[in-house]
Amino acid sequence: MESQDNEAANAGPQHKLRQRTHALIARSSFKSVRAAFDRFEGVPKVERLRPTEVGLVMVQGRVGGTGGRFNLGELPVARAAVRLPDGTLGVGYVAGRDCDHAELAALADAMIQHESWKADLESVVLTPLEAELAAARAGKGRKAAATKVDFFTMVRTRGEK
Amino acid sequence: MAYVSVKGGERAISNAHQWLDEMRRGDTSVPELEVEQIREQLSLAVDRVMMEGSCYDPDLAALAIKQARGDVTEAIFLVRAYRTTLQRFGVTEPLETSRMAVQRRVSAAFKDIPGGQILGPTFDYTHRLLNFDLYDTGPAAMAPKAVDPVAETVPTIASVLAHESLLEEPPADAPDADAPYDLTRQPMAFPAGRDQRLQALARGDEGFLLSLAYASQRGWGNTHPLCGEIRMGAIAVEFTPEELGFPIEIGEIVVTECQMISNFEGSADRPPQFTFGYGLTFGHNERKTMSMAIVDRALRHKEIGETPAHAVQDEEFVLYHSDNVEASGFVQHLKLPHYVDFQAELQFVRRLCKEWHEAREGGEDSTTNDPLIAEAAE
Repeated sequence: MESQDNEAANAGPQHKLRQRTHALIARSSFKSVRAAFDRFEGVPKVERLRPTEVGLVMVQGRVGGTGGRFNLGELPVARAAVRLPDGTLGVGYVAGRDCDHAELAALADAMIQHESWKADLESVVLTPLEAELAAARAGKGRKAAATKVDFFTMVRTRGEK
Repeated sequence: MAYVSVKGGERAISNAHQWLDEMRRGDTSVPELEVEQIREQLSLAVDRVMMEGSCYDPDLAALAIKQARGDVTEAIFLVRAYRTTLQRFGVTEPLETSRMAVQRRVSAAFKDIPGGQILGPTFDYTHRLLNFDLYDTGPAAMAPKAVDPVAETVPTIASVLAHESLLEEPPADAPDADAPYDLTRQPMAFPAGRDQRLQALARGDEGFLLSLAYASQRGWGNTHPLCGEIRMGAIAVEFTPEELGFPIEIGEIVVTECQMISNFEGSADRPPQFTFGYGLTFGHNERKTMSMAIVDRALRHKEIGETPAHAVQDEEFVLYHSDNVEASGFVQHLKLPHYVDFQAELQFVRRLCKEWHEAREGGEDSTTNDPLIAEAAE
């Protein structure tokens, strides 16, 4: 695990950008991602490298949360691979069975690697999605905080002897 | 005797299935349930079907519940059957439950656990009185919100007490460790490692595990646990696609995790400390996760040096019988035609009966060489 973390940390800024893009697209609902791309003017035409398809990944847990791995259960995933006209490749993997969602993830993955699209993708798609996710997360977090127990102790006051 | 196959019944079966479809729909003057309604409003049934069906897909689980007329075990079977139709892309990075965005996190052992006791959406402390208001549909209930959200992550019970080394630490995988046991590709085998046991328990029937856990608490086992921590919330799933070679988040799932603590008085090799039973499930599955943790701890008797004496400590008994798809199949196959079996048994019992009566009539000193008849005569 250490080695993986180090790898992720050492990965170039390009990897970081792509990881962030994947995370934002995959965590957002398809509806939100679709709406964000609808706001985008002049989405590049892409070509599918292979048929978009649905499969499974086995989700692993760790014994006690931190120990050895074990197989918990499977998760359907849609995956897509696309190519921009200049040959830039994009790959999308999104939990669920929505092939359109995976294709948008692949499109975003290709665009974030491309100097002509990167900035617009960030401002039109990624930044709004990030804000939406943060708001949803904060909303849940505030509901959870409202259910936090506020312990108080009844202090017994002794009368004068 | 020749084996005679009997045909017929196609029409009866087809008509029975059509009647089943009609029964599923119920009274047509009542609006039909939509899958989205089941997913959103029967979400705990959905969570159970996802976990025991071993496939995290709320829409499919809701569809299965609709198709199975609410029979959860039948729905689990449908989901298991569906997952076999899909290819596997690979294996995710292990879930980092410490990074969970908790919606609920309570510790029954440690009142002042850092991060606090967060109750979340729970049935606990409800009075279990039927709410007749729910007969009517009305405006959606709104949960109150605090000004500030809970912390992004809250520390786990293990990390809180780690500095005292009073809690056992689960060993990490060796760098050259094999991939964990996978029951979807390997048959059940014994002795089972903890990885295999946890996978089987995660897929296992909630009712079976609940009863085992209950029995073990009441004395048919050796666990006297405290609930160290239960947490439920959303967690990112990371996967490394071959094409990329680096991990990416592919989405977020909700899981429930439970750490059960039991004390261990120490042995020649190990100092006294607290030991853990571990439970982890898809969705919000608290009863199941707690039961899983208790049974996991009971099954660790060998490692901890306890003498097994109860069913819950017998891994063959527990793991061979925890899967409700297998259990239901084997019990329910008995209602399928066994005409030939029964014909054979009928002939056998008729013969025994005849011989028993003949032996009676022949007087007490009638002798026979057939031990079966001798036994029957006694």
